[in-house]
Amino acid sequence: MNRTPKKSVLAVQTVIAIVVALYILFPFYMVCVNSAKSTTSITNDPVGLAGASFQQLVSNITGVIHNTHFNFWRAFGSSVLITVLSTGLLILFGAMAAWVISRNQSKKWAAFIYFTFIASMIIPFQVVMLPLVATFRDVGKFVGISMIQSIPGIVFAYLGFGGAMTVFILTGFIKGIPYELEEAAAIDGCAPEQIFFQIIFPLLKPVIMTVTILNGMWIWNDFLLPSMMLGLAGDHKTIPVAVQSFIGSYVTEWNMIMAAALLAIIPMIVFFLFGQKQIVQGMIDGAVKG
Amino acid sequence: MTAFSAKRKISSFAMLAVGIVCIIFSLALDCMGLKFFIDLGNGNLDIRGGILIVGILLTIAGIYLFPTLKYHRAIVYGLFLFPLLATFLVTVIIPLFFGIGYSFTDWDGIRVRNVVGFENYLRMFRQPGFIWSILVTFLFVFFNVILVNLIGFLLALLCTTKIKALGFFRASYFLPNLIGGIVLGYIWKFIFSSVLTNLLATKSMLSETPTALAAIVIVYIWQYGGYIMLIYITGLTGVQADTLEAASIDGASPCQLLTKIKIPMIAPTITICTFLTLTSAFKQFDVNLAMTNGAGSVSDFMGSYITNGTEMLALNIYSTAISQNQYALSQAKAVLFFIILAVVSIIQVRTSNKKEVTL
Repeated sequence: MNRTPKKSVLAVQTVIAIVVALYILFPFYMVCVNSAKSTTSITNDPVGLAGASFQQLVSNITGVIHNTHFNFWRAFGSSVLITVLSTGLLILFGAMAAWVISRNQSKKWAAFIYFTFIASMIIPFQVVMLPLVATFRDVGKFVGISMIQSIPGIVFAYLGFGGAMTVFILTGFIKGIPYELEEAAAIDGCAPEQIFFQIIFPLLKPVIMTVTILNGMWIWNDFLLPSMMLGLAGDHKTIPVAVQSFIGSYVTEWNMIMAAALLAIIPMIVFFLFGQKQIVQGMIDGAVKG
Repeated sequence: MTAFSAKRKISSFAMLAVGIVCIIFSLALDCMGLKFFIDLGNGNLDIRGGILIVGILLTIAGIYLFPTLKYHRAIVYGLFLFPLLATFLVTVIIPLFFGIGYSFTDWDGIRVRNVVGFENYLRMFRQPGFIWSILVTFLFVFFNVILVNLIGFLLALLCTTKIKALGFFRASYFLPNLIGGIVLGYIWKFIFSSVLTNLLATKSMLSETPTALAAIVIVYIWQYGGYIMLIYITGLTGVQADTLEAASIDGASPCQLLTKIKIPMIAPTITICTFLTLTSAFKQFDVNLAMTNGAGSVSDFMGSYITNGTEMLALNIYSTAISQNQYALSQAKAVLFFIILAVVSIIQVRTSNKKEVTL
């Protein structure tokens, strides 16, 4: 493929690429522009810059941040806490389980556990969501720790639902690590838990990146699970839940909705700008290996 | 090895004993209906849960330190598997079996009064709205899988050419995938109901059922196309350059290069992408909820007027439970949804495996 294509072909391709990019970025532009307008200027001209002012943006955003249904900073805090705790624990527990499974491949119980994890990936959340909330309510009452409308409860649920995919990807990776490495360490007097934490876990760095991104993006953007577990009117809300409960109370004021949307997408965009390469690679690896 | 030192023995047994006592104590309090409070002055704190957690942690530490060489490896394996298996069991397996069981009862979300057999399953098939949801979901999945894959593939071809600023284009095509369905659903609802009506001076696409469904497909492609494109790009860059060069020296046209070499060689990628789009399209919920919340009238379907013209299966299950409070019925629908998804995924994996073998 060393031939350089004709200039005309290249020009056509560039034009198509630009048109597609404009189409894809158009909604983002709409959010930015219309969150800086008043309701009347949106009705008059939703596309142009007319009527948009920085002052209006500030007033819209402060209106949204302090809205009791949205409560941006609190929602942001809950989202960060839930995402970080869930992904962190998923990686630790997932790697531990994946290591045990891949080191006992030939044994029946390990194969059974692995198969159960894989098979569980086709279970849609809808089929477990109602009994899940009921079980969590009962278990919570029984053990004296509130499991619904609480952050420990939802982290626990994410560990259960994210476990299968995490174990699947990590097991695939650990199988590729030569067993001689562990044998050598064992002969030198290394206990199994030391082998895992000091030899295997550090080797998992690249695949941990993939798993972090996949789980992190899923948990950050997830709506159904937090809306069932935390409730739309609960104490803790993640950002998608806050957006839904806010719009439920504000249906017609598009400038406010756009301001809320702007606040909701900024964290993800910033995150993407910093870790674009890793995110793209992680999403591809997750799909290709998953 | 210090496996048998007296200190270790004592600490192991002590931890086990205290831990088990704590667990039994906290659970016994619950069974007796007692509450164990600490008075904080401005409110009481129930520390039963705290005692339980301390008990579990002490028990785990005790088991870990258990003075044995022979079984130490087995103990470590067990402890390593425990956290994930326990959460998996409580959040997936137990609710799954309960859920299937509840679908045969008149469960109302709190308690079960009667076992009703297949009553719920018969009832849901007597609801025209539900049948409509199934049909709409299949239609939606069909169009989505084809269109998203086609557009993703075309974008991938575009992004493997020699145009400038490729990195920018790839990143911007992928950008929508970062945003959750709820937020982007509302953004597009705004565009369809306020912007396009203003620009084109037409009725909103969301006001009529067929156009509203088309709108959801458009949004879905917008959200997913970039992601599928990325996977196709990985597949296309994996096609060896010298294979393509050899073919073009032999006189293959660009069109032949595409259909005879590139597409067959990325067959595994096509399988992955079809699988991804298939399952995610079936589970489509957030965008559906945000954009139309299922609203849309159909004047005559199976002899009745229905108002949930754009409601797909996942949303139908949700609203049956949450808005209509019919938990057992919703659970039966969810079980059917599970069966459909399982069958579709198995068929899909089977057929694409066969194709790959013959290639």
